[in-house]
Amino acid sequence: MKKIMSGNEAIARGAYEAGCHIASAYPGTPSTEILENFAKYDGVYAEWATNEKVALEVVSGASIGGARSFTTMKHVGLNVAADPLFTMAYEGVNGGLVVVTADDPGMHSSQNEQDNRLYAPHAKIAMVEPSDSQECKTFMKEAFKISEEFDTVVLFRSTTRVSHSKSIVELEDRIEVPIKEYTKNIKKYVMIPAHSKKKHYEVEERLEKLREYSNKSSLNKAEINDSKVGVVTSGISYQYAKEVLGDKVSYLKIGFSFPLPDKMIRDFSKKVDKLYVIEENEPYLENAIKVMGISCIGKEIIPICNELSPDIIRKAILGTHIDTPYTIDIKAPNRPPVLCPGCPHRGIFYAVSKYKDVIASGDIGCYTLGMMPPVSVTDTCICMGASISAGLGMEKARELADREGRVFSFIGDSTFFHSGITGLIDSIYNNIPIVTVILDNRTTGMTGHQENPGTGKTLQGKAAPAIDIEKVVLSLGIKKENIRLVDPYNLEETNKAVKEAHQAEEPFVIIAKQECALLKSARAKRAKTRCVIDAEKCKKCKACLKTGCPAINFKDNIVSIDENMCNGCSLCFQVCKFEAISKEGELNE
Amino acid sequence: MNKPVSILFVGVGGQGTILASKILTEALLEKGYDVKMTEVHGMAQRGGSVTTEVRFGEKVYSPLIEKGDADVIVAFEKSEAVRYLSYLKKSGIIVANDYEIYPVTVTIGEEKYPENVDENLQKTVPNTYIIKAAKLAEDLGNIKAQNVVLLGALVSALNLTGIHWENVIERLVPVKAAELNKKAFKLGYESLK
Repeated sequence: MKKIMSGNEAIARGAYEAGCHIASAYPGTPSTEILENFAKYDGVYAEWATNEKVALEVVSGASIGGARSFTTMKHVGLNVAADPLFTMAYEGVNGGLVVVTADDPGMHSSQNEQDNRLYAPHAKIAMVEPSDSQECKTFMKEAFKISEEFDTVVLFRSTTRVSHSKSIVELEDRIEVPIKEYTKNIKKYVMIPAHSKKKHYEVEERLEKLREYSNKSSLNKAEINDSKVGVVTSGISYQYAKEVLGDKVSYLKIGFSFPLPDKMIRDFSKKVDKLYVIEENEPYLENAIKVMGISCIGKEIIPICNELSPDIIRKAILGTHIDTPYTIDIKAPNRPPVLCPGCPHRGIFYAVSKYKDVIASGDIGCYTLGMMPPVSVTDTCICMGASISAGLGMEKARELADREGRVFSFIGDSTFFHSGITGLIDSIYNNIPIVTVILDNRTTGMTGHQENPGTGKTLQGKAAPAIDIEKVVLSLGIKKENIRLVDPYNLEETNKAVKEAHQAEEPFVIIAKQECALLKSARAKRAKTRCVIDAEKCKKCKACLKTGCPAINFKDNIVSIDENMCNGCSLCFQVCKFEAISKEGELNE
Repeated sequence: MNKPVSILFVGVGGQGTILASKILTEALLEKGYDVKMTEVHGMAQRGGSVTTEVRFGEKVYSPLIEKGDADVIVAFEKSEAVRYLSYLKKSGIIVANDYEIYPVTVTIGEEKYPENVDENLQKTVPNTYIIKAAKLAEDLGNIKAQNVVLLGALVSALNLTGIHWENVIERLVPVKAAELNKKAFKLGYESLK
């Protein structure tokens, strides 16, 4: 049966068909939908883990216990999971173990553009790279086989355009793979120096065997068309190259990309006069080919930065471009992403924006948008969980420099569980008086509403104990008088908490609790509530526009609220000094 | 081999470009075409400018459309057609929603929303169709169905015949929204006649 599937759906399907039993992951664009889809299949266990390190450890244990297992993450998630990855590379597997990394060239929703192919040689594990949805499924099944045959973790590398593009996939049945016997084997599974030393030799031997496999693997394919020009490529770049260059050139398409098929590359290079390497971001293939003493053209003409596209290849290889026949005199206004209408994050950012001495340490989530005008609060954003720990460092630097200011760290509920909690412990342990604002919107918002340890539900829909953030904070040692639980839709309450936090001299926590406006439950509850502006009472002071709500318009000298966008959060109602805004409709409880 | 047909959906995060292109791709698959679609998730989905790309034909390699190579641009918001105009090929078609969403850059006075977008588009691209999709959907009872109105207009513009659109819509939208969406599709389809 044929189905149109995204790469992520196909990866999930591949794991299912491969008889995979257990999966654990933390959401991250562009990887999130893999687990969401895998979780729907019968007879599998799939869970959201607190972070990528935990997830990889869960599936490592599952693999040692004999189950075919996999984890998925966005590229930067692999940095978090790098610790278990590098040692599991030594321990190897019992049940097949696959780590999916979904990289984000072009940074559609990421903080950096790292190319995780470089992890495979660094960790010394096998790597596969699909180029469309059908390959996502086929390669996933092959990855489990490779993992068990060669006793290795397999890195499965996707990118945004593979994960989030849809193409046709032929479905097959699941192969039932029994969970393997577990036998105690401390030389394999206890990595103390004496064992690891031996293991390192075995890992090097394993790489040689994998290299032989790579040269024979059906995942690596030479397409010989013409002897003038040859192209070595992998992943989505193959599809772009075929689009532009068609059957006019020869290809070596690399699907098993670590260890590289050295003999195949050598043979291919001898068959063509001119060799190009077409790859997105880092010169991973190119450097390896050059080390083999083969000359090729790559990053001289194909940029390292940003996402690759057929246009870039056309210009680089053929020196041509498709005409763009239409130009127009008007210009579209910039349209950066913004906090949604009714977003509960807006109230707290609005309240903090009144304090010009605040240094706001941000984090990863929708609330990174707290940096955008008009609130313009957030100062920094590094990585998951860094808001509290980096805030701590900034506070120390401020104190030593004797600078004025007050550090506020902003972190979401899911991010707090992911890795913010450790920073908060540090601030309590070392008694650093920063204000931590936990934006508890009852979901993992940016990635599209995944459950988390605070929501009371698991990935597979089971009821779970909802971890109470207030109790966690209290038990860690934040004093009760230094904790405020506020509803960010209530500006008076929020302003009061921010004021008290600003004056505090000890570690202080504000928990701003209100569900994400896009959650189904929130939309149902607020389906009939709206705010409306009375044009006659409006003095056009634009105070409501300073909240940055996209539902509020200022057009033809009239301020109005788009009733289709407004959810009646009433922040604008609360900032209006002229009673020009009224609330309409009742909440559906 | 014929070149694939490329359709670029542009709009504002949250307008439903993904569902419209999903209905389209499922229908094209049924019709026996090779088809690829690519979309953007995450940060940009929060009220930012978004694109979804659909390509179909005998054989499709790249899911991405090159500049100057889109057969149709379907703009869910008027000024987005302006932003992506360079993607349109010669004698290409624009189907634009007669609907404006002011970005925050405009409401806070940093930038201006362009004037007379319709006339400018029509003057520049002869095959421009301005569809009152938001209004039509709102009259039907839910502005969200504007995406399916635009899909209807696109299908009419491309003359994609031999597909049971109603069946595909029924399969892909929630049960209680099926009737409304079927009506929305029909209105869109007829608005181009």
